[in-house]
Amino acid sequence: MNFGFTEEQELLADQARRFVNERCSMKEVRGWIATDPGFSRECLGQMAELGWAGLLIPEAHGGSGLGWVEATIVLEATGAALLPGPLASTLVSGALIAEYGGEACKERQLTGLATAARLGTLALFEDDASLEASGVSLRATPQGEGYRLQGHKSHVHDAAAADVFVVAARTDAGLVLGLVEHGAEGLAVQEHAGIDRTKRLGSLNFEGVQLSDDAILARGNAAEAAYERALDLAALCASAEMVGAAAAVHQLTVGYAKERLQFGKPIGQYQGVKHPLAEMHVDIETARSLLYYAAWLAGGEPAALSRSVSMAKAYISDAFARIGIDAIQLHGAIGYTAEYDAQLYLKRSKFARPAFGDSDFHYERVARLRGL
Amino acid sequence: MDFDLTPEEEAFRAEVVAFLDENLPVKSMADWTRKVRDKRWVGFSWPREVGGGGGSLMQQAILKAEMAKRRAPALGTCFMGLAWVGPALIEYGTDAQKQRFIPDILDSKLQWCTGYSEPDVGSDLAALQCRGERDGDHYVVNGQKIWTSLAPIAQWMILLVRTAPIDRGNKHAGITCLLVDMKSPGLEVRPIENMAGGYLFAEVFFNNVRVPVEQRLGAEGEGWSVTVSALANERSSISEVEALMRRLDELEELARSQRKHGRPVLEDAAVRRRIAHFATVIEGMRLNGLRLLTKQLKGEPLTSETSINKLHRAALEVEMADFALTLQGPAGVYVKGAEPAVASGKWQQGALGWPDTVIGGGTPNIQKNIIAERILGLPKD
Repeated sequence: MNFGFTEEQELLADQARRFVNERCSMKEVRGWIATDPGFSRECLGQMAELGWAGLLIPEAHGGSGLGWVEATIVLEATGAALLPGPLASTLVSGALIAEYGGEACKERQLTGLATAARLGTLALFEDDASLEASGVSLRATPQGEGYRLQGHKSHVHDAAAADVFVVAARTDAGLVLGLVEHGAEGLAVQEHAGIDRTKRLGSLNFEGVQLSDDAILARGNAAEAAYERALDLAALCASAEMVGAAAAVHQLTVGYAKERLQFGKPIGQYQGVKHPLAEMHVDIETARSLLYYAAWLAGGEPAALSRSVSMAKAYISDAFARIGIDAIQLHGAIGYTAEYDAQLYLKRSKFARPAFGDSDFHYERVARLRGL
Repeated sequence: MDFDLTPEEEAFRAEVVAFLDENLPVKSMADWTRKVRDKRWVGFSWPREVGGGGGSLMQQAILKAEMAKRRAPALGTCFMGLAWVGPALIEYGTDAQKQRFIPDILDSKLQWCTGYSEPDVGSDLAALQCRGERDGDHYVVNGQKIWTSLAPIAQWMILLVRTAPIDRGNKHAGITCLLVDMKSPGLEVRPIENMAGGYLFAEVFFNNVRVPVEQRLGAEGEGWSVTVSALANERSSISEVEALMRRLDELEELARSQRKHGRPVLEDAAVRRRIAHFATVIEGMRLNGLRLLTKQLKGEPLTSETSINKLHRAALEVEMADFALTLQGPAGVYVKGAEPAVASGKWQQGALGWPDTVIGGGTPNIQKNIIAERILGLPKD
């Protein structure tokens, strides 16, 4: 029994923390998000050199062939820095292609994703706000060996930056999951302003877009399972970034509570301040436990993962939402300013809460998996 | 990360399971208590020299988990003796004290109680005032204790007294730990009724109670260290987690059977989510416990991080019983013995009985202070 990191994983965690401290200071992050595309290609390239973009891609395809615990470690660090850009989206897309793609498809996609020369993302959801596979109505009409896609996708993370989209569509014979390239004929990508400028998102319009046979990852029942897997893995990545971000804003607030003097004492000496900070610690550590266990399960049987991921995402969604708000309140007026960083974390908490399912969605899923 | 058991651990688990399959449900408590004693499972983690089981941390975890899964009764009935007194005796006791007190604890022959809190001293335990004055080969104790759990039925008490005047700069100095026979002349127990109608805690008065010096545990003035070591003996909360899992199963059973506003309560999304939330916090506690166990297995001491699960448990104890009452709607008011009572009123008892665990081991606010000051490094009040 060992619920801890290996030595290599400890080293990776250390390396990831050092990298974001040195390369992704809040000053840099603020600079990147003020521009388009909203992130630094250079920084992403450096992370790819460290093997992080291709973390989940087999070595045979140019990746580092590591696992979800390692991915979680890296995303916790980039989450703490509020790193902008499609690292999580690319990680999940790469993993899904590696798991479900045919040889030709993997050959074509994976090396580019592993070096971050190309970026990927998921396009699963639509406007009715259902996150279930049953909510997919993007029409896939048979055309030759593949399909012709007609319809719409919403809430697509990193839509403008992505080179390849993992798309869920519906045929008469059930669900299909496949890859569509940015720039495909009939595909229109539109970015929409979101509450958190460190995270970009948009929508896709499909006007007779070709989904070729060799770009299909799964069909029918296999596609239903792949859809669940995509949702689980994306929720896992989102949870990892949230735990990192929540811990970072907690640390920022604890530091402030030690230095800020009122009535002649550091405000952290008052129980009205120290107790909420203790509660945040309880939530962050518990979310970490749930997260790491889910990350460990992600490398095993897909069916075992859903319950654990849903627990982690539900728990951290509520916790981070509260932590984001409390962090501002505990700072007082300085927390309300644009100049101070706490507000960036509040915005991230609002962005990340509904991403791949809020606590309502995931607690309902946990209830269903318990047979209720 | 690796959640599998080694072949040796698996063999131990199989031994535990076989024993439990054979002996559960228990024929009689006396029979169970004797059998687990013979197996050396009472005081399982204690050294074999004092009569314990010499079990490793991992074996303890396996044993606790398997027992709780099958709702096995406790290992031994001398609750406080097993929880605090024994571990303190093992660390600080003289050979004579170990020989005199440990066998009776392991054999479930008696009950111990803990004389800590006083009328003016609860969470701020180190400010205690009950006096112990040396008189030849005795300490003469005068003062009062209160909220002393099990005092009405205990034969012995582990007592903290002040043997030197309080030094405001170092309140922890000058406290001494004594082992007191509850039949000592001058010692009076007055039971206090709790809100659930029980009488398990009490006021205890000391009027020139004479305690032989050989019943002092640890050195004079070092009582605080003795107490802290005993309190720190609370470990990774595995049995508490398993017990909460069973409670949640019962809560689900209740939810399946209840209708509210003419509809099954489980059709209410808020009810479903609340149950899922409880399941998630309990799973979080289980995993927090495994992280702590991993630390212990690596030889790192556990410190204040155990407060995290204590806070979760406190919240769950209160919220789950309270939630159960809301599931019962208007029938949630009936208690044991009343004809319309749901599930014989057990949830009503729970809704009034939680202070035993929630306040007993340090109130939630004290746990928050511990986390804030010792883990986060915030200044002390």
